[in-house]
Amino acid sequence: MMKKLDRNQMAARVARDIPEGSYVNLGIGLPTLVADHLPKGREIILHSENGVLGVGPKPAPGEEDEDLINAGKEPVTLLSGGAYFHHADSFAMIRGRHLDFAVLGAFQVSIAGDLANWHTGGADAIPAVGGAMDLAMGAKKVLVMMEHLTKKGESKIVARCSYPLTGARCVNRIYTDLAVIDVKADGLHVVETVEGLSFEELERLTGVPLKRFATAA
Amino acid sequence: MIDKSFASAEAALADIPDGATIMIGGFGNAGMPALLIEALIAQGARELTIVNNNAGNADTGLAALIAAKRVRRILCSFPRQADSWHFDRAYRAGEIELELVPQGTLAERIRAAGAGIGAFYTPTAFGTLLAEGKETRRIADRDYVLEYPIHADYALIKADRADRWGNLVYRKTARNFAPIMAAAARCTVVQVREIVELGALDPEAVVTPGIFVKRVVKVASSLKKAA
Repeated sequence: MMKKLDRNQMAARVARDIPEGSYVNLGIGLPTLVADHLPKGREIILHSENGVLGVGPKPAPGEEDEDLINAGKEPVTLLSGGAYFHHADSFAMIRGRHLDFAVLGAFQVSIAGDLANWHTGGADAIPAVGGAMDLAMGAKKVLVMMEHLTKKGESKIVARCSYPLTGARCVNRIYTDLAVIDVKADGLHVVETVEGLSFEELERLTGVPLKRFATAA
Repeated sequence: MIDKSFASAEAALADIPDGATIMIGGFGNAGMPALLIEALIAQGARELTIVNNNAGNADTGLAALIAAKRVRRILCSFPRQADSWHFDRAYRAGEIELELVPQGTLAERIRAAGAGIGAFYTPTAFGTLLAEGKETRRIADRDYVLEYPIHADYALIKADRADRWGNLVYRKTARNFAPIMAAAARCTVVQVREIVELGALDPEAVVTPGIFVKRVVKVASSLKKAA
C-alpha cells in the first residue's frame, strides 16, 4: 500500500531541499505552504512579486495591515532585514536571474520540462497570468509542486502539454504526492518515490518513460 | 512658488477626457487610490483604457469603474479573481477588451515608457500564447520577445506622504506599480495621507521625486479603510 504525501508533507519535502541563504519565490496556492515548513535554523529569504523581500509569517488576528500583503493578496508580515521595492525592481529580481528558486504549481509538466500552469484554454475561461511566465523564465531553478494525477487519475506529467504553456523547457524538478523527479536533457529521472510505490508502478501511473536515478539527491 | 496640491480629487481630475488612457496604481487593494477612482466615476469620463495589475475586486475602486461601464479596454496581468465579478460580466458580455500582459512585462513596459525606451526584448512568454504574433529574436543563447512601452495620459496613484513639490514616499506593499506609473504618464495625480512641509521628507528616502508628479490630493483620514 503506497503512502501518498498530503499537502503539508509535500511542502515539507520541498522545504528540505532549499538551502540556507536562498532567495525564493513561492507561487500562489500549494507552494505557499512551503513557507510553513522551512527548517527553523535556516535563513531563507522569501520574495513576493508585489515588492517584498523577507516575507514573514501571517500576522496574528487583528494585526493585519491592508498595505502589507503577498502576491496571493493575503496579509503577511515583514521580517527584520526585509525590504520593499516597486514592481519593476521586483521583476528585475525575477527576470534578471537573481532568485535561486521559484516554487510553482502546475496543471501539467512535459518530459522536456515545459510548464503549463496559467490557463486551461477553455472557451469560456478568462485567462489570468500574473507573474507566472516571468518566474518560469527567470528563476535560476524552477521547482514544480503538484498532485501527480488529476482527479480523473490522468498523469499531470505528460509527453506534451495539452494546456497552453507558461514557459518552455523551464522546469528543473517536480515534487508530487508520489515522487520527486528531475527534468534533465535526456529525460525524467526519478529521485525518490513514496513508501510502498515501486519505480515500475510509478512509471505505469505516469504514462511516460522515466529513468531510475543514478545518485540520490 | 510651486504647489502641486489640489483642494479636491474632483478638481485634480476635472480635465480627464473621454477616451483617455489611465494607469491606476495598486495590487489588489494595496495601493489602490480609492478616493481618486471615486472621483473619476463621478467625473464621468467614458471609453477609458485602464492599466492596472488586476481588473477590480468586489464592488469598489476599479471594480466600480468597470461596473459603471466607463472602461472600454484594460491592460492587466491578473483579471480573473474570486471577486472580479464586474469584470467577468463585462468581459463575457463583450463590453470590455482585455490585453493580458505577464506581470513583469507589464511593469517593464510601464517603466520603459517613463524612461524613454522605444522597445525591449524580454525572455518572458517566449513560446507561449501571449507572444503570438510578436517579433522575436535570439540573442546569445536565449530567445526573446519584443515588447513596446505603455504610455498613459494620466496615472492615478496612492502614496503615504508628499510635499508641495510632489516628492513621494509610500507605505509597505502599497508602493507596487505607483513609482513606475508616475513616470509613465503625462499627468500623474497622487492621493496621499499627508502633505508635509518641504524638507520634512528625508531626501535619501524619497521614492518618487516630484518631477514625475503633477497633482497631489490629501485624503481625509476617515477614508483610511476605504478600498
